[in-house]
Amino acid sequence: MEQNEGRTPVVLLACGSFNPITNMHLRMFELARDYLHETGNYKVVKGIISPVGDGYKKKGLIEAQHRVAMATLAVEGSDWVEVDPWESEQTEWVETAKVLRHHHEELLTVGQHKDEVDRAKVVKKRKRNTSQRDTSMQQIRCSSRDVPQLKLLCGADVLESFGVPNLWKQEDIAEIVGEFGVVCVTRAGSDAESFVYQSDLLWEHRRHIHIVKEWITNEISATKIRRALRRGQSVRYLVPRPVGEYIQSHALYSPQSEEKNASVVLAPLQRYTKD
Amino acid sequence: LCFLVFCFDYFRMWSEHLRPCVTMAYRGRVPLVLLACGSFNPITNQHMRLFELARDHMHQTGHYEVIGGIVSPVSDKYGKKGLVSATHRVAMTHLALRTSDWIRADSWESEQPQWITTVTTLRQHYNRLLNWHQSQVSLNDMSKVKKHNNKFPAARNRIDTPELKLLCGADFLETFKIPHLWREDHLEEIVSKFGLVCVSRGERDSGRFIHESDTLTRYKNNIFLVREWIQNEISSTEIRRAIQRGQSVKYLLPDSVIEYIKEHNLYTLENEQKYAD
Repeated sequence: MEQNEGRTPVVLLACGSFNPITNMHLRMFELARDYLHETGNYKVVKGIISPVGDGYKKKGLIEAQHRVAMATLAVEGSDWVEVDPWESEQTEWVETAKVLRHHHEELLTVGQHKDEVDRAKVVKKRKRNTSQRDTSMQQIRCSSRDVPQLKLLCGADVLESFGVPNLWKQEDIAEIVGEFGVVCVTRAGSDAESFVYQSDLLWEHRRHIHIVKEWITNEISATKIRRALRRGQSVRYLVPRPVGEYIQSHALYSPQSEEKNASVVLAPLQRYTKD
Repeated sequence: LCFLVFCFDYFRMWSEHLRPCVTMAYRGRVPLVLLACGSFNPITNQHMRLFELARDHMHQTGHYEVIGGIVSPVSDKYGKKGLVSATHRVAMTHLALRTSDWIRADSWESEQPQWITTVTTLRQHYNRLLNWHQSQVSLNDMSKVKKHNNKFPAARNRIDTPELKLLCGADFLETFKIPHLWREDHLEEIVSKFGLVCVSRGERDSGRFIHESDTLTRYKNNIFLVREWIQNEISSTEIRRAIQRGQSVKYLLPDSVIEYIKEHNLYTLENEQKYAD
């Protein structure tokens, strides 16, 4: 544990449809954690998977209840990644920046609780030794540093989508990269750096954007999984076994389910094109 | 005697394994077993994907019913750099296939005192398959005799002779290009007597290796090309590299195999140097 001293604790948050969750999503967490640990500056303490709500209105998006259930089954074998249904339970689509804020507040609440415990310790100490009074306030402030940093974990497609008109609010992008930070997992051949270079906003915050190269290429996108399922092809070893079994027993992903929201405009586009 | 006991075990295993397929009489299709040869050092999800892709493809031809898959790790005598002992490779393959209801590991090739050619392994498994088939046919005949009192011998439900095909991935295909690695008569026997099922990433690569060989071109009707649309490049080399660097390989191979590797301290730097010369 000594080697973790002085490292900044980090919580990784992945937002997305997870329709369904695949081994690629799970790999992203592993790659990001290895990368951050290798920098020597971070200690990844938790990973959170936050499936989007049904209000997102993406084509072929099946009910959140199923997507959360599958993600929960998928992380059964992981000792550090968990699923949080908060975002999926909101009736309206929630901006990613708001989801990050929500989880940041959650971390602060846990941190505050820790602070209270620390403060109690300090008070006890102060009673014993009055000369330490001056340092006590500093100690309280220091302990809030234990609150982990929250970073958005995503693929290069999300970084690229920052440039799509009306998909993101500019101030949200600024908040995501500026206040929180992004860990972007990208294929070894792709050029995520160029998305950063092409955007003045991303360039300004480039120090908060970690680009992780994935050397063992893996193209297990959820779109391809749904396509294989519709065609009756095997998806074994591409999604965790319990997820495959869940899909089969609930008969998810048919040509009909793919037509869901087919004529509906994506929630962010609806919201931002209006103003 | 040892051999007989072994054979008996083999038949029993196959019989148990294949019972549901036999009762279905293969839907009037040719029963097919797929055999994959290689180092499996270690076995990865990609190896198992090859089987799934090949089975889907062969079923879609409408002519075949895939009744089983065999993973046959090469013996230690192969002398490849970084090859851990066959005992470990076979054990990991067994663990990885524990959750499959149609693919299994076979240690016969790995137990041979000498390195043997792929065609020898194919012949061995084909003979076993034929013997098993014979026993099934006579079982079938006996039950028919009972049922119909042998009045309608013509009405017998014939069980087609099974076929065995060699399953190969992109890396295996590459070896066909290496001069003098494959004996021409062996290659001919493989494609004429057995057949190939090749999983590749693009029509171009796989079509080319057939085009560049007269033998393969002559038997191209017995070569099935399967396109892998969901690319997935989990090679054993990359797995070993990641393990040596202390990086996570979770979700690239089954958890049970990762645990085995940790427990036996495999793929360390010293191990990789083994056979380096």
